[in-house]
Amino acid sequence: MLKQLLANEFVFPITLGFIFGILCRIHLLRTDYRQYPTYPHGKIIHVSLGVIASALGALAVPALLKENYTAVTFLTVAAQQFRDVRNMERTTLSEIDKQELVPRGGPYIEGIAMVFEGRNYMVIFTSLVTTTATILFHWWGGVIAGLVALLISRKLRSGKTLSLIVNVEPAQLRVEGRDLYAGDVYIMNVGLQDAQKVIAEQGMAFILTPKDANSKVTIAHPGQRQAILHDVAAQLGVFTDTGEPSLTPLVKRDMHTGRLGVFLLPQVKDYDRAKTVIEAVPILESVFRMPEKTQALH
Amino acid sequence: MMGQILAVITTDKERIAGGAPIFVETSKERMQQTAFTLEKILDAMVHEIREDTLIIVRHK
Repeated sequence: MLKQLLANEFVFPITLGFIFGILCRIHLLRTDYRQYPTYPHGKIIHVSLGVIASALGALAVPALLKENYTAVTFLTVAAQQFRDVRNMERTTLSEIDKQELVPRGGPYIEGIAMVFEGRNYMVIFTSLVTTTATILFHWWGGVIAGLVALLISRKLRSGKTLSLIVNVEPAQLRVEGRDLYAGDVYIMNVGLQDAQKVIAEQGMAFILTPKDANSKVTIAHPGQRQAILHDVAAQLGVFTDTGEPSLTPLVKRDMHTGRLGVFLLPQVKDYDRAKTVIEAVPILESVFRMPEKTQALH
Repeated sequence: MMGQILAVITTDKERIAGGAPIFVETSKERMQQTAFTLEKILDAMVHEIREDTLIIVRHK
């Protein structure tokens, strides 16, 4: 039986593609400060789906070579399957978000869900390329192609961060009676004297200046601003609780210049660390705008 | 974001009228105390309209 199996010319290419696909998924599965995917079960789910994805990718080309053309329809099933991954992640994260002290916000969740779907396609791509190369150029061709595909997916793994499009400057947090300002940007009206005192003690302010017209539009999006607040709260803690609506970190926009006034209430009041955190906030893919590419300007 | 006024706290009864419950207090300190209590109970934010008037607003 085993001999028969090994006699099949495609066993080795498929196995190699399968292995590289799984390696790709494990390589892309990282849990960072976001603590997502959760360990262990979130990881188990995604490794298992990665195994399925790499099997699909590895099988496609051998199936075609065996003149089994209908087998390609499998890939459409795969696409359907992985769209569900996105749905699953979106539902889970939205449920969690309802209970967060500082929510992620819809666009951030959409971004994370999209990443999960996209990574499964990267796995299919890796195993497909590896299997094809093994069939065409012997085992070393497969290994080289697999490594190249791993490098490509590694490059596609992380997106851009805010430091590319804005300058982050610490600013003075001013509590002037009921009015709260971050630098010169008005934030909100705080009526409780108790809350005013806490904000003056624990609050921090930053001004984000966009570097060009593209970034001005991008950071204006409320989803992107919520992502900043969530990331700071996730990494530096947040000085608030349920039933404390006055103590809500907030980002407001200076409409004349497009700058953002960021008001934070972190547990750890450290300007250098907060600046690093803000600069490392991902630019949300679905929020990113490029008005400078329009023809209307020319 | 839709806001809803849940209560009004004032020391100047003459200048307030309308649908939300109105709490009339004798001093600014009492006004702040009532506002504090109401904020915690209603999970809604206190805003200052004038020196003598606070409102409790539920955002979103």
